[in-house]
Amino acid sequence: MTRAQVLRFLQTYAVLILIVALMVALTILSDSFLTLRNLLNILNQNAPLAIMASAMTLVIIVGGFDLSVGAIFAVGSVTSAWIALHVDPYLGLLLAPLIGLVLGVVNGMVITRLNVHSFLATIATSLIFKGVAIVISDGRLISVRIDSYIWLGRGKFLGVFNSIWIMVTFALILTFLLTRTTFGRRIFSVGGNEEAAILSGIRTHRIKIATFALAGLAAGLASIITTSRVALGQASAGQGMELQAIAAVILGGTSIYGGQGAVWRSLAGVFLLALINNGFNILNADPFFRDLTTGLVILAAIGVSAIGQARR
Amino acid sequence: MTQAALTAQGITVRFGDVEVLSGIDVEIAAGSIHGLIGENGAGKSTLGKVLGGYYQASSGSLAVFGQGVGRWDPPTALAHGVAIMHQELQLVPHLTVAENVFMGLEEHRWGVLYRNEAERLEEVMQSSGLRLDPHALTVELPIADQQKIEILRALAREAQVIIMDEPTSSLSSEEIEQLHRIMAQLREEGRTVIYVSHFLDHVLEVCDRITVLRDGRHVMTESSTGLGRQDLVSAMLGMQRTETLYPPKRKAVSELALSVRNLKGNGVDVEALDIRAGEIMGLIGLVGSGRSEIARAIIGADRATGDIAFLGRRLDHTIRAATEAGIVMVPEDRRRQGLVMSMPVRANIILPHLRRFARFGVMATRRERRRARELIDRFSVRPAIIDGDVSRYSGGNQQKVLLAKWLEGDPKLVILDEPSRGVDVGARETIHAAICELAASGSAVLLISSEIEEVLGLAHRAWLVDRGRLVQEIDPDAVSESEILAALFRHQGLEGVST
Repeated sequence: MTRAQVLRFLQTYAVLILIVALMVALTILSDSFLTLRNLLNILNQNAPLAIMASAMTLVIIVGGFDLSVGAIFAVGSVTSAWIALHVDPYLGLLLAPLIGLVLGVVNGMVITRLNVHSFLATIATSLIFKGVAIVISDGRLISVRIDSYIWLGRGKFLGVFNSIWIMVTFALILTFLLTRTTFGRRIFSVGGNEEAAILSGIRTHRIKIATFALAGLAAGLASIITTSRVALGQASAGQGMELQAIAAVILGGTSIYGGQGAVWRSLAGVFLLALINNGFNILNADPFFRDLTTGLVILAAIGVSAIGQARR
Repeated sequence: MTQAALTAQGITVRFGDVEVLSGIDVEIAAGSIHGLIGENGAGKSTLGKVLGGYYQASSGSLAVFGQGVGRWDPPTALAHGVAIMHQELQLVPHLTVAENVFMGLEEHRWGVLYRNEAERLEEVMQSSGLRLDPHALTVELPIADQQKIEILRALAREAQVIIMDEPTSSLSSEEIEQLHRIMAQLREEGRTVIYVSHFLDHVLEVCDRITVLRDGRHVMTESSTGLGRQDLVSAMLGMQRTETLYPPKRKAVSELALSVRNLKGNGVDVEALDIRAGEIMGLIGLVGSGRSEIARAIIGADRATGDIAFLGRRLDHTIRAATEAGIVMVPEDRRRQGLVMSMPVRANIILPHLRRFARFGVMATRRERRRARELIDRFSVRPAIIDGDVSRYSGGNQQKVLLAKWLEGDPKLVILDEPSRGVDVGARETIHAAICELAASGSAVLLISSEIEEVLGLAHRAWLVDRGRLVQEIDPDAVSESEILAALFRHQGLEGVST
């Protein structure tokens, strides 16, 4: 292989290489790492983030950013818990994703109608959503210790946590949408060259709204998993998850300039972040170094992909 | 023989698996103007960029004034006195002329600027004879002046070799002459100019020696004295061939297809425009006459009012309605409006026709690939790879991809805005043949081109355009290019008096 090919390979699979390296290292360093139990736990804990990162991939491919998914998660958490407590547990589980979808549509409408960058629009809406969550919960925690509610986050199906099933299904659906459907093709074209997409007869506004709607739906879905797991609805839930989701997408190698990317990459990004965390736990390493390490890994991944781009 | 300014030996460049230059040997004499020509995709721009350090050669060696060089990137090249002027100018639009010229060479004390660029620019201009207002904002200058900024920039860095990549593609003929004078003057001063272009006449006019490339290979390097256009064309195409001939016009004009009345908006004011099925209608106008704007108003890309009827249907000024009625526009600016550079050739071609290649929203991948293959073959896109990276294709081949994209699916009216701009002889013929074939198959065609000769050669009827208005209808077979130019300037003059 030539140098250029090696670099291209590194750029394409940087995240997988890092994952493998880290897994090998952790396996050598600790007996408790490479066990089915530990791996499933990692997946279970990170399923909500993975769901949000999967949908964030579409938003970033279309050329946007969604900084409000953390706030949508909070709204989902408190409304779901409130409805479960006061109306019906199943309705609580069902409605939160739909509310997320609606808030996502609101984001999309604001962005396309006002023609502002999604970065600005979602900073504003995230504060609004967050405020709504606080108002709904009256600033208190909403405890939902109802079996017909908490089964979702704690239960298993065929020996595997429900959350993992949901995450895998959701990611597969998004992958299918992105790679096999006209909708996916349109997402790539809008992110790649909006003007050309418009001239090709694509209703670019609708495509953008749809991707933000999916990001909202994902945040709602993620919120019910977490809320039912901890049996607690709270307005402070989901804080910072938008940045973690974006970090995972970028870590996976999806271009922040839009037009390129894949859902599996973001899942790998989430998994890599999770492995670093897990490593600190099972090695009993000083947690003071956790953020530092995570930041360095993200920087390294971005660095590799930047080197590849510069060689073009 | 004089000393060589640049000597390239065995230069090979690969992009991925595609070899775009193979083993090029070329020597560029100091103090000469050296032309670099070839069809689009022949590798002339790539070679220019390798010489300027912008691309790295995969193998081969370079020597500057007899001295071998190792790592060769733009800063190193500049340090050796080699500057490159890109086809797309690399200027900061909101800085002044002087600030752009001295970017990176600012004089300062502890980082605080002296802000003496204007005076320093005077010096550089004095010696070169180029004149620009140092305080003018770059963005407000015409392209020709912006190019002068690039040249001044090279001079300010005391460049001995200046590589100009397609510098004339957006210049008027006067500006081209001016540029040629500048080149001659640079040579006078003992500097070397490498002139990359696909305008054979321009190259023949000023170059001392000319190198012809074909398919990434060196064909010949010869002194331009005694060389003619025909020799270059044959060398570029690799066979004896006469100059571009337009395909015969077929008169198969039938019923009225497009009928536009009182179209107004964004500098457009069209009283009446009718195009029949099977007819090629040309729009001729000077740059800035509103030709493209008329097209954009017709397909609904810009806001407009007025009546547009197409095959008996009224259109509501949206792109969607136009597309559904079978109207397509092949835009002027390939990079900005035409292609999605991050998607492969196949996806670009299919983009406007997604619904026809899908069932219940799911792409029918095999059908899509098969169709893309057919279209790539039909328009002889090179490299003929359905998943090819379109951003690395040459201008001519990108244009073919764009045509394939828009001619797929039987359009009823095709608006072509500068279909052969920046395209070489071979691709031009392919494109012209496709346009004629299109009309022969019953489509209406609206052809916009700044090359009058092209409109005359292809169109059945044509209108002269001035300030967004159709000012005079002409019969392309009965008038000459010079008559049209005279008429255009006359109309412009008349307008000027009346307003």
